[in-house]
Amino acid sequence: MQPFTTHTGNVAPLDRANVDTDQIIPKQFLKRIERTGFGQFLFFDWRFLPDGSADPAFELNQPIRQGASILLARRNFGCGSSREHAPWALDDYGFRAVIAPTFADIFFNNCFQNGMLPVKLDEADVDELFRRAAAAEAAGHPYRLTVDLRACEVRDDGGFTRSFAVDPFRRHCLLEGLDNIGLSLKHVDKIAVWEDAHGLAPLQGGEIG
Amino acid sequence: MPAPRTLLDKIWDDHLVCSPDGEQPLIYIDRHLVHEVTSAQAFEGLRVAGRRVRRPEATFATPDHNIPTTDRRLPIADPISKQQIDTLRSNCREFGVRLFDLGDADQGIVHVIGPELGITQPGMTIVCGDSHTATHGALGALAFGIGTSEVEHVLATQTLRQSKPKSFEVRVEGELHPGVTAKDLVLYLIGRLTTEGGTGYVIEYTGPCIRRLGMEERMTVCNMSIEAGARAGMIAPDQITFDYLRGRDLVPKDFDRAVAQWAILPSDAGARYDRSETFSGGDVVPQVTWGTNPAQVVGVDATVPDPASMNDPSDRSSASRALEYMGLESGTPIAAIPIDRVFIGSCTNSRIEDLRAAASVVRGHTVSSRVRAMVVPGSGRVKRQAEAEGLDQVFTAAGFEWREAGCSMCLGMNPDTLAPGERCASTSNRNFEGRQGKGGRTHLVSPAMAAAAAVAGHFTDIRQWRYL
Ligand code: SF4
Repeated sequence: MQPFTTHTGNVAPLDRANVDTDQIIPKQFLKRIERTGFGQFLFFDWRFLPDGSADPAFELNQPIRQGASILLARRNFGCGSSREHAPWALDDYGFRAVIAPTFADIFFNNCFQNGMLPVKLDEADVDELFRRAAAAEAAGHPYRLTVDLRACEVRDDGGFTRSFAVDPFRRHCLLEGLDNIGLSLKHVDKIAVWEDAHGLAPLQGGEIG
Repeated sequence: MPAPRTLLDKIWDDHLVCSPDGEQPLIYIDRHLVHEVTSAQAFEGLRVAGRRVRRPEATFATPDHNIPTTDRRLPIADPISKQQIDTLRSNCREFGVRLFDLGDADQGIVHVIGPELGITQPGMTIVCGDSHTATHGALGALAFGIGTSEVEHVLATQTLRQSKPKSFEVRVEGELHPGVTAKDLVLYLIGRLTTEGGTGYVIEYTGPCIRRLGMEERMTVCNMSIEAGARAGMIAPDQITFDYLRGRDLVPKDFDRAVAQWAILPSDAGARYDRSETFSGGDVVPQVTWGTNPAQVVGVDATVPDPASMNDPSDRSSASRALEYMGLESGTPIAAIPIDRVFIGSCTNSRIEDLRAAASVVRGHTVSSRVRAMVVPGSGRVKRQAEAEGLDQVFTAAGFEWREAGCSMCLGMNPDTLAPGERCASTSNRNFEGRQGKGGRTHLVSPAMAAAAAVAGHFTDIRQWRYL
């Protein structure tokens, strides 16, 4: 897994609540059996007009937001289906972090599995970030933020600094880019003990670790 | 005296493998359900790492999301869909996983066949790469959806990294009025809990109204827990649960012994929940969603709400966007909204009792000339049972299409989709923008309400329906 330590990049504000995974990556693109190549389909129904051209009204299509790598969103981001295609698409498009007041549980988990950092900030702080992004864009330049997982903090160069909470184990895995399965297989003896205590037959061919 | 525990506590304690210092706990997973859309990348990961499936016998697969519901003897027209189904087939063969394949008599929507075959049992931990895994909680299991990386983790280790979720008791007093169903109840609850009210929690539904629900109705309620943000919903097992399971294919051989173990699962008197809320079943009327998330819901006797009347600015902007997408004006009576399509199906409402309820409404009537309506049974078994009861005849005589089992227009990955602007009364669980087809407009309702809407050509209050 790609590690996440600190990332500085341009912010793309998406001022909508309850953005569901059906919007992030519509179902017609879930037929592929790869993990890669989903970025072209990100927010497909919002991004493109029926004739296939980019919808100029959609937030992410604003020229000033091209190349943005931090998505700023509203509450309950990523609700709906468990499709990991959602973080795959965000990642493939170029996002490394998503900031929102709240996230849906499964999406939140899925981000951590893919080296992407979901950051929860208070609603008031998210409001402030939307204001700062709007001001920067009104002045003709993209809004830049740094998301620092080492220090557990989000900051800009205009005096905004907020710390955020993150589960210590997940933080560790993300900082180091650890293979979760490999880590769990270190406890394979405990798994075998549990199975034995619950009447399951030992594995044929012995334990794999 | 040990401290009183909830159903969740008991299942959690029993499945905790280890809780190493500085790590998230590992919990054991009893049953892993697999479908074609969220598993290919997981099997590929195993292959790349040279890993195997730890407990193939605890793993069950079926194709459901991306399959046609027309004649099963015909080849799958879409080559990319075909490749996804073929991939599931070859992965199951390679890793020794039992597959209920297309053409198998027991194939169906993964959340319909789990309980139906007795794969789902009380006290188990069950996962699937699908957010509606919460359905299985109706039998007193801890069941929740996971992402594809976690699918790979469970395949390889038969465990999951999981911090213990908080518990949320949703207690429903009283009883439902005639014509009001489990679907109306859960839509009503989501409307009050909001789409994220359950985030971080496992909901346990309790109270007399819940206890009165039959097994399949309980599945409908638990199924939609995710729509309130809760990863899992559960209902303590009781005699209704045991009666439902007895005689099913994959239940324990010594069934009475199993029942004795299951009987001690219900939450102890005095057990503490992290949060509790109480509702009254008698307050619920038949529900219809008007917006683009399941919490945007009102009674069939109400009107489309006015965003300006909402206090929260983000609710207001969501509602305005939703009304624009849905092509609705505030103030319009729900019963005056005409519909173009009807979909009866999905893991929420495609079981035999759902089809019976819909058929009893339709019997002797004809689908409105402005409506195209279809029924998609949840599984091959449900389909055969319905046919044995003659329900297929009732539907087709009225003008419904009668299809093969699958997810179908619940998510429209297969050819069953809405055209842009088409308005659908659907028994599924999500009314998100484009969910049933780009530009499609979904209204979530119960099977009886969907059936009545098909006949009337617009929403209609099932409590006033004249049954033959
Ligand atoms: S029926 Fe719908 S909600 Fe249920 S598993 Fe299939 S696609 Fe998902």
